[in-house]
Amino acid sequence: MAKTRTDAPLLDVRNLSVQFTTRAGTVTVLDDISFTLERGERISFVGESGCGKSMTALALMGLLPAMGRVSGGQILFKGEDLTQASAARLRRLRGNEVSMIFQEPMTSLNPVFTIGQQIVEVLRLHRGIDNASARRRALELLEAVRIPNASARIDDYPHQLSGGQRQRVMIAIALACEPEILIADEPTTALDVTVQAEIFALLRDLGTKLDTAIILITHDMGAVAQMSERMLVMYAGRRVEEGRVADVVGAPAHPYTRGLIACVPHITSNVAAITEQLPEIDGIVPPITRFGRDECLFAPRCIRVADGCLAAKPQQVEMAGHDAHSVACWHPFASEGAKG
Amino acid sequence: MASAERSTPRVTEELVATAQHPAREMLTMFVGNRAAMVASIILMAIVLAAIFGPMLHPVDPFEMVWAPFTPPGQDGFVLGTDYLGRDMLAALLNGGRVSLTIGLVAALMSVFIGISFGALAGFYRGVVEEILMRITEFFQVLPTLLFSMVIVALFGASLEVVTIAIGIVSWTAVARITRAEFLRIRELEYVTASRAAGASNITLITRVILPNALPPIIVQAALMVGSAILFEAGLAFLGLSDPNVVSWGQIIGSNRPYILDASFTVTIPGLAIFVTVLSISLIGDGLNDALNPKLRAR
Repeated sequence: MAKTRTDAPLLDVRNLSVQFTTRAGTVTVLDDISFTLERGERISFVGESGCGKSMTALALMGLLPAMGRVSGGQILFKGEDLTQASAARLRRLRGNEVSMIFQEPMTSLNPVFTIGQQIVEVLRLHRGIDNASARRRALELLEAVRIPNASARIDDYPHQLSGGQRQRVMIAIALACEPEILIADEPTTALDVTVQAEIFALLRDLGTKLDTAIILITHDMGAVAQMSERMLVMYAGRRVEEGRVADVVGAPAHPYTRGLIACVPHITSNVAAITEQLPEIDGIVPPITRFGRDECLFAPRCIRVADGCLAAKPQQVEMAGHDAHSVACWHPFASEGAKG
Repeated sequence: MASAERSTPRVTEELVATAQHPAREMLTMFVGNRAAMVASIILMAIVLAAIFGPMLHPVDPFEMVWAPFTPPGQDGFVLGTDYLGRDMLAALLNGGRVSLTIGLVAALMSVFIGISFGALAGFYRGVVEEILMRITEFFQVLPTLLFSMVIVALFGASLEVVTIAIGIVSWTAVARITRAEFLRIRELEYVTASRAAGASNITLITRVILPNALPPIIVQAALMVGSAILFEAGLAFLGLSDPNVVSWGQIIGSNRPYILDASFTVTIPGLAIFVTVLSISLIGDGLNDALNPKLRAR
């Protein structure tokens, strides 16, 4: 596949907003999300459950549930606005140029077809190649995702594989057409810890080899550090902090990010040394009906909450001293060299 | 397994129990069901008799060959003769052909209509579902026998019309089952995953959801062959079948006035219907047990 290099980023999401129409009225699930993704780059989306991480991924794929719609903004993929693309165009894109793997490998494969058939199906759909060469390619893919004894396993049914192997098959299906973007929605949540590391190593290796950009959705800070160069912290449908992983983890500016990182044992050495009890962020994510209000939605749980926080929605501001590190907070923690 | 090429240490993944192919597992389950196996053998015999019987016993079932009401076994007539002195064995064999064919074709037809309605309603939901399910309910509340009688009366009592009439009145159950399965399966993750891999709606319906929805539909279809045979017998008994072909129901219907003089003319085709439908029901039951994993533990 000829990959044309241009100056524009591979994916440029601008002010993306998504609304759900529910019986209780219209709610804003994603509020003004912007980010860019370069070719071969790896970015992580971090946040608690219900913060809109998965919804962002589904919006990118054009797979929003029936009650949802993009209410504003653009998703520019190689300059083409996907929010305006036709259903047929999106279908050609999905699985071909933009792929996705899911949280539950146990249920993400069709139980009545062999794994070989399922890989062949995708190849035939997007590449239009004949059965024999699709099968050869499927075998190569299974070997690439390190399924042991792939030539014997290719005719296995999903229920004959373990969870880790199924996730490998999902990766093989997702990468079959050498996509430019792979969205991994909590790919290891359902797997053993030992298998998690292998899956991440596999994703990293294959991503590098195929020059595929990877969007990792997770709430596992360890995975973020292991997998990606940049991270984007989401809270209540908004982007609250974005930057390089080293910058954000080293000097989190938003109280929420700081709380998330503090919750993880031994991600930074000094935390593990002195804490006996792991800290937690009090409270829960606000109900979805509160999303989109013109206020800081984290304020009720924030340790630095002050008078102005509920007056207006904080805008994204660049952090001094770091490159491309921005935060949306009225009272951010300062990075080194800036004022307290 | 030969020395597997391992690049990374693997703790959990090698300890996988080898599972059977699902189709083989189902077959094992079915073969283990004694009633279903006996029923299969009986049905097989009936089908073979219907296919090859008329060739091995080449007697025209409409021809008067001997004195009326010859009891079975007498004068070389294995099953005797009917009120017009026609060979009962020939009638039974030829009638079996017709009854089984009508049963099968009508069942296939209703499965086809039912799956189409149920799949579209369950997949697209919304307005499509509303319209299709209201139509289904309309057919469901019609008195089936009356409705099929009207169709036969309107379009003439030919084999095709009778088959279509039976198919049209009996598809609603399939539609409802299919819709229910589609509603359940469409929310499962592998459907989303297929969508994310670029599958079109048609692919999703035919290649992803339908194969997974098939088990209860197969069971229903098997049972429907039996009920279609019964239905045809009912219509034929009432005289609403093609007068130019013999069917089991028609034999019963035409010999009905003489039931007290020669009960065998009614009993024999009745038994044929009974045994056939019972076999089909038992097979359907066996399929249900084999296809429904929740019943496997018994």
